[in-house]
Amino acid sequence: MSRDHVLHKVRTALGRSAGQPPAPLPEARLAVPDMDMETRLSQFASALEALGGVFHRASSPDDARSRVASLTGGRPAVASNAAFLRECGISSLPGVRSGLEDEAELRRLCAAADFGITSAGFGLADTGSLVMFSSGEEARMISLLPPVHIAVFPREKMLTGLDELFTVVPSPAEVTSSMVLITGPSRTADIEQILIRGVHGPGEFHVVVV
Amino acid sequence: MEMSTAPHAQFRETLADSGLQDAIYSATGRLMEKRLATIRPDVLPDYQELRERAGALKKLAIENLDYYLEQFESNVEARGGRVVWCRDAGEAAEFLVKLAREKDARLLTKVKSMTTEEIGLNEHLQQHGLEAVESDLGEFIVQLARSRPYHIVAPALNLTRYDVADLFTRTLGVERETVPENQTKIARRVLREKFLAADIGISGANFLVADSGAVVLVTNEGNGRMCTTLPRVHVAVAGIEKLIPRAQDLAVFLKLLGRSATGQPLTVYTSFLAGPRRANEADGPGEFYVLLLDNGRSRLLADREKRQSLYCIRCGACLNHCPVYRKIGGHNYPWVYSGPIGTVISPQFLGIAHDPWLPFASSLCGACAEVCPVKIDLPKLILELRGEVVKAQSREGASRLERLGFRVWSWLMRRPKLYELAGMMGSLVLSGSGDGKWLRGVPFPLSAGPLKAWTSVRDLPPLPSRSFRQMWRTRQAGSR
Repeated sequence: MSRDHVLHKVRTALGRSAGQPPAPLPEARLAVPDMDMETRLSQFASALEALGGVFHRASSPDDARSRVASLTGGRPAVASNAAFLRECGISSLPGVRSGLEDEAELRRLCAAADFGITSAGFGLADTGSLVMFSSGEEARMISLLPPVHIAVFPREKMLTGLDELFTVVPSPAEVTSSMVLITGPSRTADIEQILIRGVHGPGEFHVVVV
Repeated sequence: MEMSTAPHAQFRETLADSGLQDAIYSATGRLMEKRLATIRPDVLPDYQELRERAGALKKLAIENLDYYLEQFESNVEARGGRVVWCRDAGEAAEFLVKLAREKDARLLTKVKSMTTEEIGLNEHLQQHGLEAVESDLGEFIVQLARSRPYHIVAPALNLTRYDVADLFTRTLGVERETVPENQTKIARRVLREKFLAADIGISGANFLVADSGAVVLVTNEGNGRMCTTLPRVHVAVAGIEKLIPRAQDLAVFLKLLGRSATGQPLTVYTSFLAGPRRANEADGPGEFYVLLLDNGRSRLLADREKRQSLYCIRCGACLNHCPVYRKIGGHNYPWVYSGPIGTVISPQFLGIAHDPWLPFASSLCGACAEVCPVKIDLPKLILELRGEVVKAQSREGASRLERLGFRVWSWLMRRPKLYELAGMMGSLVLSGSGDGKWLRGVPFPLSAGPLKAWTSVRDLPPLPSRSFRQMWRTRQAGSR
């Protein structure tokens, strides 16, 4: 069997025997800076905008809804089943389809929609990233198939960066089968190193922090 | 050992192509600048500590690899995924062909992966009537051109927008389009259909996380997410060296990978994928396989020094900083891996006799080791490989001439008068025009004979008219 063959070769090469415990690991290297919310938000905004994303600061759930409404302008959009989007009243905006249960329908609508609207598990201030956890509330396709992605989340979700993420969620696999960090709009530089946005994923990326 | 020589004619062709030289030089130069801008002490003060830690973690993972492989396997299977162990390319391809038959799959979409390039997966699949479409824009272009990647992170670096225009017209039947933005739109349209229709998504892995049973993928375009979200089945093909111990260690590796590769603090999409979709999840593949590929890696492990070449996280920084890569480009290397890391791993995979010239195609300047995010001592490994080539050659008696040369040298060194005479003759030949300018080319008789290949491509400083021994004698006489 190839399994035993490969493992045997590896052990022989390393001079180890089956069941032998590994050498001890150092403590994980995680340093979470002490940073107030204002600094987090301004770091996030400047990192996101440097990548070509757009940052919106909403003063209230109502403000978030009206910002999203002015972005979509009633055109076809799919919103995830995130409770926070419902709380803001975004799920029921004109043109927005939400509460979808059937996967085939979700796929068809996402492929045709102009906007995908999601919430986010966390934001990462230093890189301007979103952390998306796949779940029943958050389908993966909504932040992927439409040409424009709008993410709306409350400011308490804003972490300082990767180190804080892996401190708060030391084992993502226990939470979801898919954690995705999104850092700016989809991009490529594969032809003559020229930067082009929106290759396969969304080319336009808005983040609304309430 | 049958000694193959370096493909000089190919090198000359690359060097003579000024457009290509310009493309390589500016692309690698830009990547160097961008990297530097994201690791500067004022933006990333702990860069060196991160490298230190990344190297140490890779060392621990590699030296206890059997443990982490088994841990990874049990975690993948606990979450409903399956691990398939493959000794070589053949086994990996065979498994995929069988899986495709079982699932009645015709169309497979692929995320860029050096490992699948290494095992020629696409060709294998094609032979069995399966269509495997590359979805990274660069790889898509390379696949249409029936070529191989020119660079680990910029596969189509050698092609211009006009090459791409011709290629798209010829292979996709579209109107000639020379604007990269519109070319990208064409690729988006063609590939979007494929993503939505694909039955199986194939990816590589940037990391395999032992404590989570997770595959980590980073892409900029979103093709990685497409291939691992839309098809019913996701298969990741990964070398066994991709293991890292813990999810938390990603905080170290992710900070280094994007910066070293393309000068991005984080690549646009980082996917952490642990098994098939769960009962409560809205979408995602229902089946999840990880192919753990040996393909010669366990052999590399046996060498205490050289096993560090398995730490590589394929960022490509060593290519960008290599004066040799920057002249000869990616296709003059014998295998899919180019640049300093290719120089180190190709001979270990293909055998030292395959391309004995390769370890010598280095100036040993050390730039690669300086930028390597996991601190692989590439120049040291290149030197070791040189030693192996020389040993193999002297066993075969192929370096008779070299040994004769050194015997003459040692005989001469023991006879000071004769040595001085030889030195004077040398300085006559190599005195130059007396203006201190370097000698372009080397004069006869050195330009002919056995040293010809070496001297024909080198300029030398003129030898000073007086030797050290002469100066020393004068000095001694003066001080007396």
